[in-house]
Amino acid sequence: MSIIARNISKRFGDFTALDDVSLEVEGGSLTALLGPSGSGKSTLLRIIAGLETPDGGEIEISGQDATALRPQKRNVGFVFQHYAAFKHMTVRDNVAFGLTVRKRPRSEIRERVAELLRLVQLEAFADRYPAQLSGGQRQRMALARALAPDPHVLLLDEPFGALDARVRAELRDWLRRLHEEVHVTTIFVTHDQAEAMDVASQIAVMNHARVEQVGSPTELYDNPATEFVMSFVGDANRVGEAWVRPHELEIVNLPTDGAVEALIERITTYGFDARIELTPGEGEPLTIQLTRERLEQLEVEQGQIVWVQAAAERTFA
Amino acid sequence: MEGAGAALSIGFVITFLSVVVALPIAALVWFSAGSGFDAFWTVVSSPQAVAALKLSLVMSALAALTNAVLGTITAWVLVRDDFRGKSAVNAIIDLPFALPTIVAGLVLIALYGVQTPLQLDLGFVHFQATITFSRWAIYFALLFVTLPFVVRTVQPVLIELDTEMEEAARSLGAGEFTVFRRVVLPNILPGILSGLTMAFARAVGEVGSVILITGNLPYKTELASTFILQRIDGDPHGAAAVSVVLLTISFAVLLTVGAFRRHATRHERA
Amino acid sequence: MRKYLLRSTALGYLLIILIGPLAMMIWRTLGDLDGAWAAITSHNTLLAFKLTLYVTAIAVPINTVFGVICGLVIVRSTFPGRGILNAFVDLPLALSPVIVGLSLVVLYGANGWFGFFGDHGIRILYAVPAIVLATVFVSLPFVAREVVPTLREIGDEQEQAARTLGASGWQTFWKITLPSIRWAVVYGVVLTAARCIGEFGAVLVVSGNVEGKTQTATLRVDDAYQFAYGNYAPAYGIALVLAAMAVLVLVAMTLVKPREEAA
Repeated sequence: MSIIARNISKRFGDFTALDDVSLEVEGGSLTALLGPSGSGKSTLLRIIAGLETPDGGEIEISGQDATALRPQKRNVGFVFQHYAAFKHMTVRDNVAFGLTVRKRPRSEIRERVAELLRLVQLEAFADRYPAQLSGGQRQRMALARALAPDPHVLLLDEPFGALDARVRAELRDWLRRLHEEVHVTTIFVTHDQAEAMDVASQIAVMNHARVEQVGSPTELYDNPATEFVMSFVGDANRVGEAWVRPHELEIVNLPTDGAVEALIERITTYGFDARIELTPGEGEPLTIQLTRERLEQLEVEQGQIVWVQAAAERTFA
Repeated sequence: MEGAGAALSIGFVITFLSVVVALPIAALVWFSAGSGFDAFWTVVSSPQAVAALKLSLVMSALAALTNAVLGTITAWVLVRDDFRGKSAVNAIIDLPFALPTIVAGLVLIALYGVQTPLQLDLGFVHFQATITFSRWAIYFALLFVTLPFVVRTVQPVLIELDTEMEEAARSLGAGEFTVFRRVVLPNILPGILSGLTMAFARAVGEVGSVILITGNLPYKTELASTFILQRIDGDPHGAAAVSVVLLTISFAVLLTVGAFRRHATRHERA
Repeated sequence: MRKYLLRSTALGYLLIILIGPLAMMIWRTLGDLDGAWAAITSHNTLLAFKLTLYVTAIAVPINTVFGVICGLVIVRSTFPGRGILNAFVDLPLALSPVIVGLSLVVLYGANGWFGFFGDHGIRILYAVPAIVLATVFVSLPFVAREVVPTLREIGDEQEQAARTLGASGWQTFWKITLPSIRWAVVYGVVLTAARCIGEFGAVLVVSGNVEGKTQTATLRVDDAYQFAYGNYAPAYGIALVLAAMAVLVLVAMTLVKPREEAA
């Protein structure tokens, strides 16, 4: 079930949330909308769901024009950052809701709810109320609830934003495995680039109401289209006008054209890798990423002044 | 709060409440039984007393329920809608709280009394929007004095309500009325019940606003409160007896609704 | 569409029950300003207003002190009877004023448990003391009911901090607790005053309703209406003065409420 957004614009009073945004999402894929706050990503998601109406442009779901359809009719599953659990209903009734309002037969609802509770591992909590669940459990319930009516699309708005780091990592894994099992077209919004890179097969980077680039995590990392994408996705160093990735910086013994002098502030090792933080004569601090082996070969230490050179660099118009 | 300060305060509060509230009520209950159970029962079961009690309970329930519905709608409009003069309207809701009840009665007489300007004379038919000396008078007066209750208990609940729950319901396929019925209503119901209870308790004892407008006609527009008032000089034991009955019934209603309310909010304490 | 339906229902209802009648009363008074003014400024009316304000000036401070202390006891102490206390404080709200008046008549009457006051020449019933007692009774809950939820919400961390810094119980109360609930108290005072000014039923029973002596403003309005002989402007006039006081109360409420909620 593909999704196409064409020339979407949306303003809230003086604030432009989306400025002529277009995006194509393939059926069955797992796409992330990545960007800082205010970039328009949540607004775009809500417009796809029908929870907001665009000022201009169209939305197509599975080839049908959905722009004028109310959310009830779009058959999209939506998961909110703060769960939006029906706190007056049990977990079971929450998950069953989409089927109950469609007046499905009771036996069908019972079976489907049981299936989903098993999927999200909440069978033991079926008769509890959301207030009795932890944040992570509530979000799993919200996922089950959204999936129950077999939506064509699953939309998640910063789904792990309200959870603590460990639960976030667990649920990330979880979402990826779920997608492998269920294969529903999924779009999720996040401001955390590590999360997007980890989970999604396709990322749309957004900034200031525009889409800056769409591509796979590797594409975005290796071939960023704009300065913003370069700095937002993955770590980046600025050397004069050029941008360099941490693993593309080297320490050299003999300076060549373009090399800069820098003071080693800190050397950290973590497992197999190492990182060196440096302050150049002028300009912003630099970070070099390298293997422990290479670090040991270099034989440098904190407080030393060395020559740093870029093995590859990029400039943007 | 500890030590001498606490003990003194507790002592003060208990003494104050006893002298001001508990003792008078206890004296009243004691007094009502003063002439023996038979005398108590004679007054309380007399047709006029029963009629007055019934009228009070029924009219109070009607007014409270009407304000439950219209008060909820008003609260909804005040919270979710926006229009010029909304803050003035919001402020004026509290007027029945601030206005002396006798003035409330006069205010209603001004527009709906015998000299009402709201009349239509079409020669063969004469229509007058008068309510004096009728049960409509009681209804209107009780509507007036209980108007703020449900509005003010539902408003804060509506403000706190997570609109994302409604959005979630819509995304799951629920139509607007279903969203209201299955998501909004269950969450504002405790607020409505609180307001309804307070409105009922207020209405059942109302005096000032009904004393002028209803005519206090026995069996027709005489409420329990005015019945008691009439009897204080001539038959104080009887007046006390009916008072005790009114008290007991009110409390029974309050306790029942309170229990229902606790049941409806059990998911919060789970 | 639905929005306009709801809006017009709400506004229409308020117009019929509240705004319309009020406007009409103002209109009627304007119709005979002289008569209304004469009634308002008549000797007995002025005495009635004076009595109302006198009683209010006594009842409000009493109930304010009670309300604050009671609120503290309910929220901050470990007294096992807290729940019953709370129920008793709410009791006046559920009692008919007539029943309140009757209970006072029974208690302080010649054969009542406190009848000995009368035996010793201290007039309580059918005199100002009874009016004060009745007014204190009916306006008792308001300050306490505002203070209790505010105290609960604020929590006692600030007070704990003060104690660790060496403040005594009394100092903590004056410098920390009282300031933290001041808007709740003010709002409660406004409601209490409104209730005192507006009290009718209980005072009707216990006062004897003697013109110029034990007749409060509300009783005066009733009196003016009963003896209106078709011209109601005087009654409306006095009622309007009371209504104007109510509007002042409303304004005070509207100004204080946001401050109370922000606290």
